[in-house]
Amino acid sequence: MIKHLTSLALFLMALTSFAAPKTVTIAAVNNPAMIELKKLSPKFEAANPDIKLSWVIVEENILRGRVTTDISTGSGQFDLVFLGLYETPIFAKRGWLREMKNLPASYEVEDVFKSLRDGLSFSNKLYALPFYGESSMLMYRKDLFEAKGLKMPEQPTYDDIQKFAAALTDKSAGIYGITLRGKPGWGENMAFIGTLVNTSGGSWFDMKWKPQIDTPEWKNAVSYYINLMKNYGPPGATANGFNENLTLFASGKAAMWIDATVAAGSLSDPKESQVAGKVGFARAPIAVTPNGSHWLWSWAFAIPTASKSGEAAEKFALWATSKEYINLCAADTGWATVPPGTRQSTYENPEYQKSSPFAAVTLQSLQTADPTNPCLHPVPYHGIQLVGIPEFQSFGTVVGQSIAGALAGNMSVDQALKAGQAAATRAVRQGGYLK
Amino acid sequence: MEASRKKVGLLDILAWLIALVLFFPIFWMALTAFKTEQGAYSPDLFFVPTLDSFREVFARSDYKAHALNSIYISFGSTILCFLLAIPAAYRMAFFPTPKTRSTLVWMLSTKMMPSVGVLLPIYLLAKSAGLLDSIWGLILICALMNLPVAVWMSYTYFCEIPKAILEAARVDGAGLFHEMRDILAPMALPGISSTALLLIILSWNESFWSINLTSAKAAPLTVFIASYSSPEGLFWAKLSAASLLAVAPIMVMGWLTQKRLVSGLTFGAVK
Repeated sequence: MIKHLTSLALFLMALTSFAAPKTVTIAAVNNPAMIELKKLSPKFEAANPDIKLSWVIVEENILRGRVTTDISTGSGQFDLVFLGLYETPIFAKRGWLREMKNLPASYEVEDVFKSLRDGLSFSNKLYALPFYGESSMLMYRKDLFEAKGLKMPEQPTYDDIQKFAAALTDKSAGIYGITLRGKPGWGENMAFIGTLVNTSGGSWFDMKWKPQIDTPEWKNAVSYYINLMKNYGPPGATANGFNENLTLFASGKAAMWIDATVAAGSLSDPKESQVAGKVGFARAPIAVTPNGSHWLWSWAFAIPTASKSGEAAEKFALWATSKEYINLCAADTGWATVPPGTRQSTYENPEYQKSSPFAAVTLQSLQTADPTNPCLHPVPYHGIQLVGIPEFQSFGTVVGQSIAGALAGNMSVDQALKAGQAAATRAVRQGGYLK
Repeated sequence: MEASRKKVGLLDILAWLIALVLFFPIFWMALTAFKTEQGAYSPDLFFVPTLDSFREVFARSDYKAHALNSIYISFGSTILCFLLAIPAAYRMAFFPTPKTRSTLVWMLSTKMMPSVGVLLPIYLLAKSAGLLDSIWGLILICALMNLPVAVWMSYTYFCEIPKAILEAARVDGAGLFHEMRDILAPMALPGISSTALLLIILSWNESFWSINLTSAKAAPLTVFIASYSSPEGLFWAKLSAASLLAVAPIMVMGWLTQKRLVSGLTFGAVK
């Protein structure tokens, strides 16, 4: 009897383990495009009854720490993770990610922007599929420009920006000529300042990995930024990151803002923005060179090698980054809110062009952002607003903190850059780049 | 007489002001939770309240599962913590040795290390013990984290109890169990229960370990809030609604027990 019961129990256990759908645990960031994906994902589950999705959505910085711990210890808690353009090649180099090969022809991988494919590859192998991509551009208030009789050129320069900011600032009315990121961090203020330094002719390192932060190019760029912000920017700018600036601009307190192209969708949505319909879009300004004047970033799906449901995870990643998904999204909430910046075909779609006044500028910015050639002079690293080495997170943030200190008036520009130069020198020397 | 009353009046006002400053963020959060996403960043005090954010939060995530995890973790860890802390505090309060004082200080010193310093070893231990994304793992971590607080507080309360009473009971032939149940428990209960409340609140609010050690199955309310914070996109109203939902149970509990909590916490201080 007992024997029979045992075999029955074993049989039942075997049955459940075969019939149970594979669970794919996804670690993702919280942003509008992601929330939409989660909302539409039951359609994928309905079409693939053998796969069950389980979501872990957290804030960007938490996600970065969480995913790094999980992947580096090979814990396999996550089957699919959101990785940025910065982490993907670094993780791939250590063998922590599954290569994205055998992509079906219907996926049309050539349709995905080449700049993103290059950024998400390591030694010519693709390790992540981009879910959304962004560059940076200039957003400005058309109504305020008209009122002052100003005209935005197609490709503004930083001299133009200074003139416009001076003309548009009206502190008594609570309107600031410009707002820019001031919150310290490699992905916060340094994302913008990095592009400003690039276009001013500077770079993080020369070909021998000698840090360049104490050069005149950096000093000019950073002094320009601080003067601009002190004279025409909002008070307390060192607390402003992307979100704070989005709030300032969306509530009509700023006339110009240079930041991520994804902001355009939120600014054009009357549910979120008080200035919807009044916003104009232009290429990010340039100074000495167009190289590296606007950044490139992407959130992409990657599969950790420790995942036990790799096949199922890949199936979902293919679906979520496909043309079909973009069409599905458009049918659900309209073209203006489809995940931007990944596929050429989205930008060729007349419906998208009609509903997104920022489509043309975004497309141009994405196509011309080249992480392999980010500066006036050749450099030994990849990345426009970042340096593609693991050490960058730490010294990038130190430099960001010094510059925020100078913006707050706690130190001079020279002191800030000297501190930054020392931090970067130490990092590349310890990392063995600088002999 | 007149002067002293005036002084008390000023102190009262000061106390109210401090309370107001401390309470204001919670008040503002509650207010924002009922605003629209567009109105969330306007400083208006008067607006048409909407439940949209709450609806969205309930549609987007499984509040009940997170809340249940929070309850299991905070109560489970508190029970486990007491199982270890009470015998330890009893021994140290009633049978002190020359080393007792330094043992206590050493226990407290473990609270001085930032948690992130031991993240990797604990993560690896949890991984090999199969305690990642498990309620039991978090119960264990929270209990260990709160152990010094529990020992210290129970120790302080036990010290308030005259040793002579316990000795008298022993002379009358009471065994350890008898002594614990009939003499010690009734006298220490107010202190123990306020400690329990504090431990529950501490575990409820613990976010570092819960965010790092859980993913989908065992995630408590702190992870639920973290899923509404975003560096790209405006989610103030939804974030406020989620936060209000997360703190509501513990706030209600704190409200109902505040008298006991305050008397218990000040019990040792105003001897």
